[in-house]
Amino acid sequence: MSHPEVAVTGLGLATPAGLGTDASWQGVLEGASAASTDPALAGLEVDMSCRIPGFDATALLGRKAARRLDRFVQLATWTAREAVADAGLDPEAWDGPRVGVVIGCGMGGAHTWEEQHRRMLEHGPERVSPLLIPMLVPNMVAGQIAIDLGATGPNLVTATACASGATAIGTARDLLRSGACDIVLAGGTEAGLTPLSITGFAQMGALSTRTDDPARASRPFDVERDGFVAAEAAGVLVLERDDDARARGARRRARLAGYGASADGYHVTAPDPEGGGAERAMRAALADAGLAPGDVDHVNAHGTSTPLNDVSEARTLRRVCGEAMSVTSTKGVTGHSLGAAGAIEAGFAALALEHGVVPPTANLTEQDPEIDVDVVAGSPREQAVEVAMSNSFGFGGQNAVLVLTRA
Amino acid sequence: MSAVYEKVKGVLVDKFGVEESEVSLEASFDDLDLDSLDLVEFALAAEEELGVRISDEEAEQLETLADTVKLLEEKGAQA
Repeated sequence: MSHPEVAVTGLGLATPAGLGTDASWQGVLEGASAASTDPALAGLEVDMSCRIPGFDATALLGRKAARRLDRFVQLATWTAREAVADAGLDPEAWDGPRVGVVIGCGMGGAHTWEEQHRRMLEHGPERVSPLLIPMLVPNMVAGQIAIDLGATGPNLVTATACASGATAIGTARDLLRSGACDIVLAGGTEAGLTPLSITGFAQMGALSTRTDDPARASRPFDVERDGFVAAEAAGVLVLERDDDARARGARRRARLAGYGASADGYHVTAPDPEGGGAERAMRAALADAGLAPGDVDHVNAHGTSTPLNDVSEARTLRRVCGEAMSVTSTKGVTGHSLGAAGAIEAGFAALALEHGVVPPTANLTEQDPEIDVDVVAGSPREQAVEVAMSNSFGFGGQNAVLVLTRA
Repeated sequence: MSAVYEKVKGVLVDKFGVEESEVSLEASFDDLDLDSLDLVEFALAAEEELGVRISDEEAEQLETLADTVKLLEEKGAQA
């Protein structure tokens, strides 16, 4: 069955590597980790994170949005505006019911939950804000983008933990292939850098405890890695059918050629050591794109910097795609932004295709001998990338793999 | 201007991000771009700042700041 091709015509990124697509891309190319000690987490066992530099909601979105939207919605709202502007689209002029919004989110309004729960315990239930529910429910992010931009087509939020952003992009692709939408704003967002959420991840043993040296803590594929550093971020891609994008003379930044998804059916947090689910998602994405495993030039890996993920992912990559492709994990710079990660990394994969350069994996000083793939480290590598794969694997064993090709 | 009005104005500017220049006795909550959820939130803030309780039903009836100041004063608000 032949499907209409889908193009990426706009990018919006707000990541710890920088505010905005250009700043984020420069940041990951420079390869310096964005992690630092976080005053909001003072007193916790893990008191570091990766925050977006300069994201002042009042300055960027106005006082009303700063007050009434949880940070995960603020990040995505700003990023969606950047993506739409980048695509050269005018929300005043578009046919709103033909514009869909699909955003991935792992946690929802963590700041709101914790603040309002504290208010209830300290001051009683009558002091709980009437905005509690509209601010915290995860689906509100897509709803708010519809309100903000008049995008009134299909509208939903995907929740596959750390794969949510990639799942959203794959789902959006289906809305374009089926003809349900002409344009879809697809991405992910996360802003869960709150004491309770971070403590939860720390108690799982998922986080790096290298708190005396935050800038060296996120080190994917390195023999000394000991967990991820939590991050906030949002990324939105504007997706359109390739023919439509050409017809309106849009700049096509990349093509979204394939999407594959699977479940491990193995464990709530640990990846399947055999990588069976991840392998099926990779193979499905490649088959969907009509490509062979050997066609992959570059992989933006899930690469969380946890001991288990990185070795299991690298083994699976080696088994599926061989050894010819370059592999990077931009999480060395950005940390792990959970539900946003799949979206921002799809953005970085698109930029690698567009610019012919692969960002380095920060903090990779001694590659784990069990990791036998060509990891880019130290400085960016010039490479004429034609086919890039972006992996995302969520807690719960949910896997989403995107294949992007040069436009 | 009453002390209660000044307090209401302070709440609107500090907690609701309303521009000070937009606040007047004649202004409605609608004019200030505040919806029914904001009104409930406003009632909570008024209770914290002025020590009087506005019920959700009373909050729903409020249209202008003049109505609001009058209700708060009737309830014995002390600024």
